[in-house]
Amino acid sequence: MDANRSSLRRAWLVGAVAVPTAFLALFFAYPLATILERGLTTGDGLALPPGTAGLLWFTFWQAAASTVLTLGVGLPLAWAIGRFRFHGRGLVRAFVLVPFVLPTVVVATAFLALLPEGYERGIPAILAAHVFFNVAVVTRIVGGAWATIDRTTSEAAAVLGASRWRRSREVTLPQLAPALSAASALTFLFCFTSFGVILILGGPTRSTLETEIYNQAARLYDLHAAAVLSLLQLGAVTLVLVVTSALESRLSGAESAADERDVLRRPSGLERPALAAVLAVAAVVLALPLLVLVGRSLGAWGTLFRETPALLVEPWQAAVYSISFAGVAALIALTIGGLAALALARRPPGALDGLVLLPLGASAVMLGFGFLIAFDEAPLDFRSAWWLVPVAQALVAAPFVVRIVAPALRSIDPRLREVAATLGAPPSRGWREIDLPLAGRAFAIAAGFAFAIALGEFGATVFIARSEQPTLPVAIFRFLGRPGAQNQGTAAALAVVLAGIAVVAALAAERAAEGRGRVL
Amino acid sequence: MLAVRDAQVVLEGHLALAGVDLDVSEGTVLAVLGPSGSGKSTLLRAIAGLQRLENGTIELDGRSLAGVPPHRRGIGLMFQDDALFPHRDVAANVGFGLRMQGMAPNAAATRVAELLALVGLSDRNRQAVASLSGGERKRVALARALAPSPRVLLLDEPLGALDRELHDRLLGELKRLFDATQQTAVYVTHDAAEAFALGSQVAVMRDGRIVQVATPGRLWAEPTDGWVARFIGLANVEQDGQTVTVTRPEGVTLRPDADGTAVLVSAERDGPLVTLRARRENGREIVAVYVGLAPPSPGTRVTVEVDPGAVIEVPTGR
Repeated sequence: MDANRSSLRRAWLVGAVAVPTAFLALFFAYPLATILERGLTTGDGLALPPGTAGLLWFTFWQAAASTVLTLGVGLPLAWAIGRFRFHGRGLVRAFVLVPFVLPTVVVATAFLALLPEGYERGIPAILAAHVFFNVAVVTRIVGGAWATIDRTTSEAAAVLGASRWRRSREVTLPQLAPALSAASALTFLFCFTSFGVILILGGPTRSTLETEIYNQAARLYDLHAAAVLSLLQLGAVTLVLVVTSALESRLSGAESAADERDVLRRPSGLERPALAAVLAVAAVVLALPLLVLVGRSLGAWGTLFRETPALLVEPWQAAVYSISFAGVAALIALTIGGLAALALARRPPGALDGLVLLPLGASAVMLGFGFLIAFDEAPLDFRSAWWLVPVAQALVAAPFVVRIVAPALRSIDPRLREVAATLGAPPSRGWREIDLPLAGRAFAIAAGFAFAIALGEFGATVFIARSEQPTLPVAIFRFLGRPGAQNQGTAAALAVVLAGIAVVAALAAERAAEGRGRVL
Repeated sequence: MLAVRDAQVVLEGHLALAGVDLDVSEGTVLAVLGPSGSGKSTLLRAIAGLQRLENGTIELDGRSLAGVPPHRRGIGLMFQDDALFPHRDVAANVGFGLRMQGMAPNAAATRVAELLALVGLSDRNRQAVASLSGGERKRVALARALAPSPRVLLLDEPLGALDRELHDRLLGELKRLFDATQQTAVYVTHDAAEAFALGSQVAVMRDGRIVQVATPGRLWAEPTDGWVARFIGLANVEQDGQTVTVTRPEGVTLRPDADGTAVLVSAERDGPLVTLRARRENGREIVAVYVGLAPPSPGTRVTVEVDPGAVIEVPTGR
């Protein structure tokens, strides 16, 4: 009987590894291999298309510039949130996160509406949208780290005779450094692989690696050039990703033990007006684009229920497809990511964690392109399969699920399981009674994240969404590509709908997590 | 009842248990005393089934436990840091083992109430464990471990890392509880006072081996070697070649005397007793215990009088 049970357990464990592996093999590795094969065997082999150097340079410097600007806007806000206790601090923290959960297409549409005629497309527009999008990353990571720096370290330095300036330079800054570099690296990664913002705000001439893959494949039908660029993008992003995860691991290693409650204090003296100014600027920067977007949508709501030459369906139906696809995608991502997290959590953090993150680095556009050329002939002809869209979205979302769930599973004290065993709980029961409920909070957050990511997913979806089943980001993109104020208005209205769904999903996940948190 | 024979455990390539033999009889508490890293916790984990034996056997009621997983051993375990289930309230923590046994909810509720009363936490069923004080957490952990009526209860430094007042109070409570319930237990600690207070037998552990098993009285009277004598807190342990001389402080008198050959260095009061330290003319220090209200003050010249019955000689143990 014992032998039976343990073999059952082993079978279950094998499943936890095998199911995600098989899924990744078919829907990630195979499309990737197809791209590689296409790049190597057609045209001039791996020879880069003309203009690639300029493309690479622009991709790099726009990401670097965006990161620097984001730090400029985000750090004062991180200081405000990380140091002070004030009315509405929780609200500010939540509000800062809103742009981050907004789909890129929504942000791009908002900046199209916000920026004055003649400036709405081009480099300033791209940088502004990237800053808006990533302020949350800097604020939450750096602010969070700031709020846990033990104040006594600074006080100890003061007692030892360090001036205010030297204290911030020699005590506070070194403790913040891991968070600063992690936030910068993440922002850089997001901007480097940014697709929706650049495709929409870049105009016809500004292109990065990511958008150029789309241009070559979907507009110029040069599949060979797209394949070669995809491989280049894969290499570049892997490099950025390696640096990012190295910097991030320093962050988790340097986590300070201090409790937020002991660190935060009320602002005094000159800090009061400074704090007020920072919050006021942040409010304008974060709220204005959204307000303008809502303004632009007014008067266009009726068009959502009218047939239009831009789409094969009435615009509102895109919302239905979006929600359905995102729901299925979240379910797939939670299953695949959850199982992978389970397998990962059984061993100490290591190289395998990086492997799971690879799909994230491979870039959504490349994934969509890979799907396009890999699943077009029997027996793998999935061109007319509706589920291809949620599968692609799940692939983009699953790494986030792993990143949220695996640490939660790992942080569960193994002694809880051991105590449960001595109290008569067999291992499977221990898992159900201890691990699952304790990681429940993480699962709830992961579900919300996966849904929000799938909902806003654009890079992969734009390749494979069927014209009669467009998602909201795809529909918005179609309307933005058509001339006339009415089309822009419809795009804005759809963007408001998309933003609304994304924010509600994020809030629901946060609520569910908190509800469980109270039980914990 | 519990018999460990030649137990060996290898941890990260080194022998954490190097052949341990132990017997615990029904209704008694065996205290396992040793410094950190001596293998005490590993021994407990091996008995509980959480650690595989490289060699040797563990028997409970004459039945070998080899191959029996922890959840079927009927052995309870209490960790130093309690390991309470954070997502369950007090009653659900205490009732966890009963639920695993498949006990009917009503019967389980009665048993939980009984145990909470036993540890002095009646009517706290619905309280979240996060809101408990350190002492209350210990009590819940103890009640949880006792609830399924384990044949043997294992306690791994349950009172470590507590402030002294709470430590002493809980020690008294544990003592009364073990006396009242006749629970068979193995109690692991690095604190000799705890081991003496709770153990009907004390097993002293060092480098993965048991070096002596005796009642607290015999252990104090006849430590097997110099290392044990020092570890259990005997003062005046002096080594001369291969033999160690132990002079019990309670058999030493330091009498103020202007012609005395020793000088009092310190006098520290701890409750009714005062520990006196004097430097002898050979440069060595000798410790004595004084009972009374007027101990001599440091700097006083004293003569050293030793009761011959208070001196024993043992091997070095090194």
